[in-house]
Amino acid sequence: MSQTAIVTEPEQRSPDEPAVVFEDVSIGFENKQVLSNISFTVKQGETRILLGPAGVGKSVLLKLADGLFRPDSGRIFVFGDEVSAMPEEQLFKLRSRIGIVFQEGALFDSLTVRDNVAYRLNEERVPEEEIDKRVIQALRFVELEQTLDKFPSELSGGMRRRVAIARAIINRPDLLLYDSPTGGLDPITSTTIIELVIKQRDVYRTSSLLVTHRLQDAFTLVSHRFNREANKMEPLPEGQTDPQTSFLMLNEGKLAFDGSTHDLVHSDDPFIKEYLS
Amino acid sequence: MAIATLDRAAKKGVSAVQEYALISGRAIGNIFQRPFYGADIITQADIIGVGSIPIVILTGFFTGGVLALQSASTLAQFGAAAVTGQLVALSMIKELGPVLTSLMVSGRNASGMASELGSMMVTEQIDAMRALGTDPLKKLVMPRIVATVVMLFFLTIISDAIGILGGAGVSVFLLGQDSSQYFHTAYQSLRYADILQGLVKPLIFGLIIASIGCYYGMTTRGGTQGVGRSTTQAVVWSSVLIIASDFVISRFMIGIFGR
Repeated sequence: MSQTAIVTEPEQRSPDEPAVVFEDVSIGFENKQVLSNISFTVKQGETRILLGPAGVGKSVLLKLADGLFRPDSGRIFVFGDEVSAMPEEQLFKLRSRIGIVFQEGALFDSLTVRDNVAYRLNEERVPEEEIDKRVIQALRFVELEQTLDKFPSELSGGMRRRVAIARAIINRPDLLLYDSPTGGLDPITSTTIIELVIKQRDVYRTSSLLVTHRLQDAFTLVSHRFNREANKMEPLPEGQTDPQTSFLMLNEGKLAFDGSTHDLVHSDDPFIKEYLS
Repeated sequence: MAIATLDRAAKKGVSAVQEYALISGRAIGNIFQRPFYGADIITQADIIGVGSIPIVILTGFFTGGVLALQSASTLAQFGAAAVTGQLVALSMIKELGPVLTSLMVSGRNASGMASELGSMMVTEQIDAMRALGTDPLKKLVMPRIVATVVMLFFLTIISDAIGILGGAGVSVFLLGQDSSQYFHTAYQSLRYADILQGLVKPLIFGLIIASIGCYYGMTTRGGTQGVGRSTTQAVVWSSVLIIASDFVISRFMIGIFGR
């Protein structure tokens, strides 16, 4: 993979300020409670993997962090700003620091790959030459610079997901939210996507919250690192895990686990044991 | 049990009206806020206005023609066949031009808006747009409302003119009437109040078509089936509201101008 730099600029943020804080957050839809009293923190530079069965509310939690939903109760802070109480206009500004990769990519199907990736820059009225340069950088990061003029419908599922990653990182975000980036993909393509997530984590140290229900992907994330010289991911030495990557687990709308990889695999909780088995 | 069902339905209805008012109000309020999506307004004006010209011309021409055909025989019974032009012109400008043009545009564009925005909703493209820092009400809804209101105004004028020409064609070539008499009675009978009534209506109808189409699109749930449902409801409700509001506007205008 090419190392062309998409350099993260750590702009005026205190190193101690958490990237994301959930405080007693609850939300329900049409009389059905989806999440109840969820509290956790994502520190800066940290990657948190959110596990849980399908339909448990993982995507809802991610959208709450981006202010796309508002909680019924509780508070959510992103870089110290309370997104659960901010008007939509202010949220648009905050979202320029957040990149999100949706479950199915959510690319604009009437725009080319170039215009999808450049969407945010076009909205910010960035000069065309600058846009072209940054789009190529972002697409080179996901190894798709040859797809510039294609439409999303002409791409495979894995390529669409990679374009979605390029769109999410084009603005050099301080926080990345991945909603099942490997869902519905074959194992080889999934590994390519996970390698990109690891690269973003290890090279640019971007705080991230990643939703998945695929344990294989989760454990690849904690047990691998990105080798810049070889330009590919490689396994960590036997018994070691990435210290900046930890787990959250949801069960029946509640947070069933919040801790390190070691604590997760040694948990006595029957649900966690069954989930991991 | 029945009361509970009624209660739920009433709450759902009130909530839908509230959501419709919020979406429309915020979209219209965005006209005066930056960034201004002028290019999107032009694109929508092309799709909605220029794209609708053929159906508006055909509808207007045949409506004017059939109006002349039907009314001439009735008027002839009273020896008043000479005022066919007056009847066609007044009917087209005050009622049939605005209403039929709006119904045609509603069938073509309210459905298009609901299905396009609905598809974007169910594929999370609207969420993606918000996540990328763009207000979809500003980027998607406002241009559609502005374009529909402006273009429907001009489409109605085209429809009125073509309808009067269609009536003239039938009166002259099929009924053997004198063309100058047709146009003279048509022109002489018109007052500014009639023109005003005919031009206020498309502004209101345009607002109804775009806001209903966008409301159903932006509130689509339930995958492709949901998109189909939204599309149907958008056409049904915009058509019903056009006809209902036509009655209210007509009554209001007659009250003010006395004709």
